[in-house]
Amino acid sequence: MDGAVILFLSSGLFLGWALGANDAANVFGTAVGTRMVRFGTAAVICSIFLILGAVVSGSGAAHTLGKLGAVNALGGSFTAAGAAALAVYFMTKAGLPVSTTQAIVGAIIGWNLFTGTRTDTATLITILSTWIICPLLAGSIAAGLYKLTTYIIRTTKPHLLRQDAYTRVGLILAGAFGAYSLGANNIANVMGVFVPSSPFTDFNVAGFGTFSSIQQLFLLGALAIAVGVITYSKRVMLTVGGRLLPLSPVGAWVAVVAHSVVLFLFASQGLESLLASAGLPTIPLVPVSSSQAVVGAVLGIGLLKGGRAIRWRVLGGISLGWLATPIIAGVTCFVGLFVLQNVFNQEVYRPISYELSEPVLERLEREGLAAGEIGSLKGAIFESAWQLNERLKTEAALDGAARDKVLLFAERTVLIVDPDHISRLDTDWYTPAQIAALQQVMGQQYTHKWMLGDALAAKASEWRFRSADLANKVYNTELQKKIDALYRKFEIR
Amino acid sequence: MAERSTMLGGNLSPFRRTKALENEIDAFLNKLSESGLLFKRAVQIYLDEGASGAFDEKLQLVNRLESEADKLRRSIETQLYTQTLIPESRGDVLGLLENLDSVINQHEGALWAFSIEQPDIPSEFRGDYAILSEQAVLAVESLVLASRAFFRNIEAVNDHMHKVMFYEKEADKVSTKLKRAIFGSDLPLSRKAQLRNFVEHIDNLADRSEDVADRLAIYTIKRTV
Repeated sequence: MDGAVILFLSSGLFLGWALGANDAANVFGTAVGTRMVRFGTAAVICSIFLILGAVVSGSGAAHTLGKLGAVNALGGSFTAAGAAALAVYFMTKAGLPVSTTQAIVGAIIGWNLFTGTRTDTATLITILSTWIICPLLAGSIAAGLYKLTTYIIRTTKPHLLRQDAYTRVGLILAGAFGAYSLGANNIANVMGVFVPSSPFTDFNVAGFGTFSSIQQLFLLGALAIAVGVITYSKRVMLTVGGRLLPLSPVGAWVAVVAHSVVLFLFASQGLESLLASAGLPTIPLVPVSSSQAVVGAVLGIGLLKGGRAIRWRVLGGISLGWLATPIIAGVTCFVGLFVLQNVFNQEVYRPISYELSEPVLERLEREGLAAGEIGSLKGAIFESAWQLNERLKTEAALDGAARDKVLLFAERTVLIVDPDHISRLDTDWYTPAQIAALQQVMGQQYTHKWMLGDALAAKASEWRFRSADLANKVYNTELQKKIDALYRKFEIR
Repeated sequence: MAERSTMLGGNLSPFRRTKALENEIDAFLNKLSESGLLFKRAVQIYLDEGASGAFDEKLQLVNRLESEADKLRRSIETQLYTQTLIPESRGDVLGLLENLDSVINQHEGALWAFSIEQPDIPSEFRGDYAILSEQAVLAVESLVLASRAFFRNIEAVNDHMHKVMFYEKEADKVSTKLKRAIFGSDLPLSRKAQLRNFVEHIDNLADRSEDVADRLAIYTIKRTV
């Protein structure tokens, strides 16, 4: 096992710990805050289901590499993960519910600024808008569900003790489900970036199938999350469960369910394909913050009851925490990268250069960009995205979306279709026709990523994107993931 | 097979234990209700035939109900705390049970006073004593119904609560009238004082019921907010 990998892995484990100490608290916070479930019980159930979610369902996310995947050198990932974890740690110490998702977005922007990489504004706006939509949605769902639940209680009139027992079971079930989803969705944040350099090897567990290296890596990350839950999550649980608004046990249950429903809505591919196949608009599949969901849900219940019991000071503190988290993570990441690069001489990013070569211009023309606009830059090489972007701004009258397109196609790389890698592809994921097409281009070398995609599309229809209709959205997203995975496999660093 | 059934029982135990505890609370409220009815019967027997064998029998029954209710109350309280049930309303339920228990104690205490002092109640007052005990026991009965509603149907608590207040007022009217009549009579002061004490023994039942109902009103507000 490579010593450096273990060292770098440590910051992922720190991030896992922070995730457990803060995000996981949201799942059981209201249950513990209302004293319906003991902290010990909550911590054990939460840990078990987090680990299960991460190991059983988390490996699906391995194909997408997590959000930190954009950070292209291990030293950079180490710093970004560490900075995010540090920001979450400070918030946890203050007892404020925040999310690793928020911290990671801040850390990635810090990395982007340090390395001169352009931040994808469209994606950023989508993520930022969910920071408003998510609490609103959670609040409305919670308010509706609360009304429904109190109506059901009024009509069925359960005994005080029976209602208590049902609520308790409901809290544990909803909490376990929430913990499972959290593990499945967020393990990629913690460990995804280390997937390509996993120090583990697959082995067979007699009678149970293969325990893959990714699953072992995720188990390690999940254990770190569980340690975070057990050692440090109590304070945040009490803030969520009692300090913001004194909740009744039934209110606590409603908050947990609303929180889980919102996370599910924003993370469910099944729902997306269902909506798409019905021709309905889909919900963006973006990482949302569990803290925002649960705080939104608690507020929804509070406002439904007239809003008198809400402690606005606590809410103010939480909101400030939400603003501060990405900023702290971003600044820490920026400073950390500077130190790592200049003091410890570590590679924190792989420079990406851009070239507007003949084939790139031709390809862009097919995309609808007139060569006349950028023809003057033909053959020019740029050392960073920032440089190219500035030149495009001054010399070509292109809008933001068009400039992003130029950046995408002009990026230089070296891809070699290595037969070794083809034989190790996941045959459950890639179709036989797709693998056959890959074998036809075996040994080929490409200087731009899109060239591989185009070559494959020419060989087999299963490598071709379908028209950008809603109905094809899921298919196209999945295909893009497969192609991105190929880029990562065949890229020569 | 036997092993399997215990395993199943073990799995279902949260709800089974809940059901058992619900039954214990119901049984406790039954004891209170029964002790009220027995009290009314015992007072009537005393007024009709003095501290007879029938009166003693009722006294013993109330005595037994009191100790059974005590046992039930302790068992319920222990379970609520050891199983950390109803964290929000646990203190209130405990307070309610203890206050209800004190009403049973008052039944028993008043009957013992009859048995020990054996007051000689002049026949002209007997009718009012009977009415007084009837009103007081009606207040207790309404309190039992209000308490049951607190556990089973919170919205119905108020339907019973106002009756407790009503019967307490009626009992007060009767007791004032009776005391005036006693002190307006030619009896020696010592007997007047003794007869007044027995009016108060009975009237206290209604007053105590009203006090408990007032607390129950607060517990109910806490649960519906």
